[in-house]
Amino acid sequence: MTSKKSTLILEDGSTFEGYAFGAARGVSGEIVFNTAMTGYPESLTDPSYSGQILVITYPLVGNYGVPPKTIDEKLGLPRFFESDRIHIKALVVSDYSFNHSHWNAVQSLDEWLKEYDIPAIYGIDTRAVTKIIREHGVMLSKVVPEGCEAPAEFHDQNKENLVAQVSPKEVTTYGDGPHKVVLVDCGSKNNIIRCLVSRGATVTRVPWDYDFTALDYDGVMLSNGPGDPQMCRATVENIKKAIAIGKPIYGICLGHQLLSIAAGATTYKLKYGHRSHNQPALMSGTPKAVITSQNHGFAVDTAALPDEWEPYFTNLNDGTNEGIRHKSKPFFSVQFHPEATGGPDDTEFLFDKFIENIENAKNK
Amino acid sequence: MQKINKVILLGSGALKIGEAGEFDYSGSQALKALKEEGISTVLINPNIATVQTSENIADKVYFLPVTPEYVEDIIEKERPDGILLAFGGQTALNCGVKLYESGVLEKYNVKVLGTPVQAIIDTEDREKFVEKLDQINVKTIKSEAVTSTEDAKRVAAELGYPVIVRAAYTLGGLGSGFADNEEELEALARKAFTYSPQLLVEKSLKGWKEVEYEVVRDKYDNCITVCNMENFDPLGIHTGESIVVAPSQTLTNSEYHKLRHLAIRIIRHIGIVGECNVQYALDPNSEDYRVIEVNARLSRSSALASKATGYPLAFVAAKLGLGYGLHELKNSVTKTTTACFEPALDYIVCKIPRWDLGKFKGVSHELGSSMKSVGEVMAIGRTFEEAIQKGLRMIGQGMHGFVGNKELAVKDIDAALTHPTDKRIFYISQALKKGYSVDKIHELTKIDKWFLDKLRNIIITEKELDKYNNIGDVPDNLLREAKQRGFSDFQLARIILRCKDSEIEDYMFRIRAARKERGITPVIKQIDTLAAEYPAQTNYLYVTYNGTEHDIDFAHDDKSVIVLGSGAYRIGSSVEFDWCGVNAVNTVRNNDFRAVMINYNPETVSTDYDMCDRLYFDELTLERVLDITDLEMPHGVIVSTGGQIPNNLAMRLDSQKIRILGTSAHDIDRAEDRHKFSSMCDALGIDQPRWKELTSMDDIYRFVDEVGFPVLIRPSYVLSGAAMNVVSNKEELKHFLEMATEVSKQYPVVVTEFIENAKEIEIDAVAKDGEMIIYAISEHVEFAGVHSGDATIVFPAQKLYNETIRRIKKIARKIAGELHISGPFNMQVMAKDNDIKVIECNLRASRSFPFVSKVLKVNFIDLATRIMLGLPTEAPSKSAFDLDYVGVKAPQFSFSRLQKADPVLGVEMASTGEVACLGEDYYEAILKSMLSVGYKIPRKTILLSTGDSRSKVEMIKPAQLLQEKGYTIYATRGTALFLQEHGIRAQILGWPDQRDGSPNTLDYIKDGKIELVVNIPKNLSKDELNNDYTIRRSAIDFNVPLITNARLGAAFITAFCRLEKSDILIKSWNEY
Repeated sequence: MTSKKSTLILEDGSTFEGYAFGAARGVSGEIVFNTAMTGYPESLTDPSYSGQILVITYPLVGNYGVPPKTIDEKLGLPRFFESDRIHIKALVVSDYSFNHSHWNAVQSLDEWLKEYDIPAIYGIDTRAVTKIIREHGVMLSKVVPEGCEAPAEFHDQNKENLVAQVSPKEVTTYGDGPHKVVLVDCGSKNNIIRCLVSRGATVTRVPWDYDFTALDYDGVMLSNGPGDPQMCRATVENIKKAIAIGKPIYGICLGHQLLSIAAGATTYKLKYGHRSHNQPALMSGTPKAVITSQNHGFAVDTAALPDEWEPYFTNLNDGTNEGIRHKSKPFFSVQFHPEATGGPDDTEFLFDKFIENIENAKNK
Repeated sequence: MQKINKVILLGSGALKIGEAGEFDYSGSQALKALKEEGISTVLINPNIATVQTSENIADKVYFLPVTPEYVEDIIEKERPDGILLAFGGQTALNCGVKLYESGVLEKYNVKVLGTPVQAIIDTEDREKFVEKLDQINVKTIKSEAVTSTEDAKRVAAELGYPVIVRAAYTLGGLGSGFADNEEELEALARKAFTYSPQLLVEKSLKGWKEVEYEVVRDKYDNCITVCNMENFDPLGIHTGESIVVAPSQTLTNSEYHKLRHLAIRIIRHIGIVGECNVQYALDPNSEDYRVIEVNARLSRSSALASKATGYPLAFVAAKLGLGYGLHELKNSVTKTTTACFEPALDYIVCKIPRWDLGKFKGVSHELGSSMKSVGEVMAIGRTFEEAIQKGLRMIGQGMHGFVGNKELAVKDIDAALTHPTDKRIFYISQALKKGYSVDKIHELTKIDKWFLDKLRNIIITEKELDKYNNIGDVPDNLLREAKQRGFSDFQLARIILRCKDSEIEDYMFRIRAARKERGITPVIKQIDTLAAEYPAQTNYLYVTYNGTEHDIDFAHDDKSVIVLGSGAYRIGSSVEFDWCGVNAVNTVRNNDFRAVMINYNPETVSTDYDMCDRLYFDELTLERVLDITDLEMPHGVIVSTGGQIPNNLAMRLDSQKIRILGTSAHDIDRAEDRHKFSSMCDALGIDQPRWKELTSMDDIYRFVDEVGFPVLIRPSYVLSGAAMNVVSNKEELKHFLEMATEVSKQYPVVVTEFIENAKEIEIDAVAKDGEMIIYAISEHVEFAGVHSGDATIVFPAQKLYNETIRRIKKIARKIAGELHISGPFNMQVMAKDNDIKVIECNLRASRSFPFVSKVLKVNFIDLATRIMLGLPTEAPSKSAFDLDYVGVKAPQFSFSRLQKADPVLGVEMASTGEVACLGEDYYEAILKSMLSVGYKIPRKTILLSTGDSRSKVEMIKPAQLLQEKGYTIYATRGTALFLQEHGIRAQILGWPDQRDGSPNTLDYIKDGKIELVVNIPKNLSKDELNNDYTIRRSAIDFNVPLITNARLGAAFITAFCRLEKSDILIKSWNEY
């Protein structure tokens, strides 16, 4: 291949030589990995990855190209992506497929990355990189294609309010169902909206710090999003008010952490983050185990959770918390991604549960 | 819940096409899982060469047929609480369903553990299966029966074109075909209605992708999919015949999870508890799909999935059968995380089938919906190019990867691409080299372009390399890229250095040296099920150039011993060498050494990472073994327990200063090299059949004049057909040499005197410093001329003169001493009137090691390994003379799978597996073992067609016995007249081509009027062969037991005439 060389430089000084694809641009950001074996168009457009350099551990990437940017007419959202753009800062893979093959592909991964000015590197021992990241937790890095200027500093986006960067500035409404759901968008994936609308919700998507409690709503959906939950003070304050109102609340990922904080729990950084499509969680008090898609480095410590709350799901691998619920009120949240895309859809039933909660609350 | 204390597990019996070593692995895992729970286990499996029938795996082993009759007897005797049906393939499943339907399980209160039998029945019966999936709106492949062209058109319109039309009630696809539109359908239907009054119209899924999921469910309804796999070959080729990759490569997230979701809905609806496999057809142009089938048991795919992911499916399935939930079990690789998860791979695996079609006369090489392959390999890499090139080397059919091979001769490359055969991948290589575009090849093969583009990358790299003549000129990045794309040093030597075949080894070492100097060496990666997300202490390893760092450290403490495995199962080398390898590994581990296994066969127990301290799931080429020894710096390497592949590496490893444990490489070579071995025998005064290596036709004629016909011809270059043949006259000799082989200086032919009616005897032995310390002498039932792998073998030998035995021992001692043997060896001899001639001698374990070890209850491999490790050993006191029982080993043939192949025995091996049973005497043992390989005792009728006069004489006594027992004997004319002369009534049936209205053999076979066919080939004259062939082949096609050897026929008939059912004892191995 005639690709130009490129270098991946980690904060600890390790460097990995590879070849460039995507945009010819040097960038810096936190490096994270995911062990999912499919779903790069979904991951790359997931706002939770905002500002991050993503390592895909599955070595063969780009195989099925990139789908079209078709807009779903009914929803006004892209059909095949989780947001309207690529959110990662750079992509790191082992073996890039220059030729892709799929009936629904309109361009190659390389072309798509170029379109959004995102650099990528292949020919990297992604397993070796993953082991370093795994042990370090947070690790900053740079991707520098040959002939491009290297960023002077390692950029630490965690000092910024990433949620504020990815959250919309305006209020938008989707669908026309009977249930009025407020989606507090801290970096929501589109599939959360799809899952709600298909179950009869009218979704009002609001910015992360919007005081939605003034709206007329039947339930609150707290979305996923990037970064440290402690940055979202404004959201937590609004959630506290919503808890007092008592209408159904459902949180996902960052939304789970925010609900937990609002309820009185604390969060901490995991030794080994959960970054895969194969995370098992057990529903408390049942033998029901589910396989979930996850991408988080922070977890909820339920020790400080008040008595009226209880753990909902627990991770079967490391025993960490995967969800909480209120013992009497219709509030629950989960650390994993029931909306999937990418990943398994085992827990989509939680959306049914949320709608059921709304219906029950209405009928009271 | 009823407490489970004792469980019966049904094995799969002999290895056969479609049911091979994977069930030894599944069964062994299940037994391990039960043992852990303190449950007493009873295993029924007559396959004596398996690991599962070894000591300390099951508590009791019955070497008896896996048939309802025998299993019931064992249930009655053992009174188990539970039974496992899902671990012994279709054999165990069918037997279990029959026991359930006949009420036996209920009668003895035996609980079926895991998937309920009704769920199994729902998946096995096509109609019920479709109905079941209809209930949850899951699409299946449906066909509709029609009786008019109009109806056919209506159905086709409903299904959507293209459609496939099959004529009902015809064999061999007569009248079937594809129609793309109504016009084509009309023409096709008109033709098809001339064959059959009914047609089946079905949507054609030609060119659709074939994708499989391995799904697990526990009693709490928790489900996971452990692995998905995508076939490289599109729908239409049996998945066992396809190149398969895991995980899927061309499926989007949406497709992957749509099919995953369906798989979980299906497993829940059917109600599986344990494991099942769901096969899909997926439209390459939309997300449309069809479910092809569901296998409600462990399968070949599940064994592959276990090896591909590190997830022990059979072990987990057994635990779920006992009532555990997935979340209550641990991940066996990490030991800390749960078994309730879906493995994340950070590599690609590629499975390639291994065919042996060249070994059969008359068989078609075209691949289709039935399975013909006899084994498979799994290659692991971090690029597709790396994995497929490794895999193509692993299948061991003389190929060095995707390129760098001797070109196959092909007349019409387009046809070779359109009609898939065992060689198609190599025709793709040729087409790409000739400049065919990926689009064009896709059009001809329907293989997804992604795969073809990756293959093209290999060709591109080859072209780049081809620009250089000197390794020093090849830039680092190109050399590295070549290695990352799976090029071996051998391929590089051939492409860059353009050396002659005779020099290649030398040049290969030059490439290796140059490469190492530049730091281009592979790294060792772990398979940890979690793609490095969590730390894992796993010993499951592979070698790749797509990486910069080893996952593991190397102790270099002189404690690791590498045991080389046996590679792909193929005719002549299968589960028996896995048993040898596993036992060598056990002994190594039990003696304070670390056992390192190298092997790449996903069907085996030796590639279970639990079995050894380190498993390199990788190639057994010289290059790869040296890569590993460079890193491991082992105490030594064991080459004598893995059959011929490792044995062939002995000299070359030795030349690289790698320590071979046991017999020296120099002495191994003295036994392997025909010339050296002969002169040694001459010097020791040991007789051999006369032979010569000859390079011209004249020399051959001269030699044949000297030794006389028949002679055995062994060419070194084969044009077509089998490699070896016995010829009995000049005409045949001429025909064979001119048609099938090339005779030249470059390709000499070995001609050996063939001794008729000689006994063939085997000696398996272990020696220490040249002194034989244990041996086992067994005899063949058939006379010499039937390959030892196809022969029925009796141990201890029952019918040999003491003098013969004494002489054989003496010869074995001489050879052991002369070759300073330390370790296992095997010798085959012929005996006629106490005159002993040595046919061959191998300084390694042989096919019969597990058989003699288990019959004698002395583990020959343990002993041999101890000797190779230099540990103190004493000669066991036990001898074959002490045994008051007999073992008989019988071959299993798979002719029913190999359409048109002539089911006749000869000097080339044709059997795919074997069994062995024990009996109080010879006849009991032979009867049990023949029943175990599928023979049935006829109740009323038998057809005799007994060949030459000698065979006819052999059959007189058995025929008298049949008559006394009241059997109706049918015979072909000559045989009938001969029998009548000897006072035996036989009804004459005409030869198949004798169509004069008189009773005909063929009709009687077809109509089920004959229960056993004994057809002894007379000679090789053509007409006779046609008629005889038709009788033999129709016996196979209509599922009538067939015997083609007079001595075996006589033994079987005598056995079932003499013994009553009550004479057949239900005794477990430890009761002998």
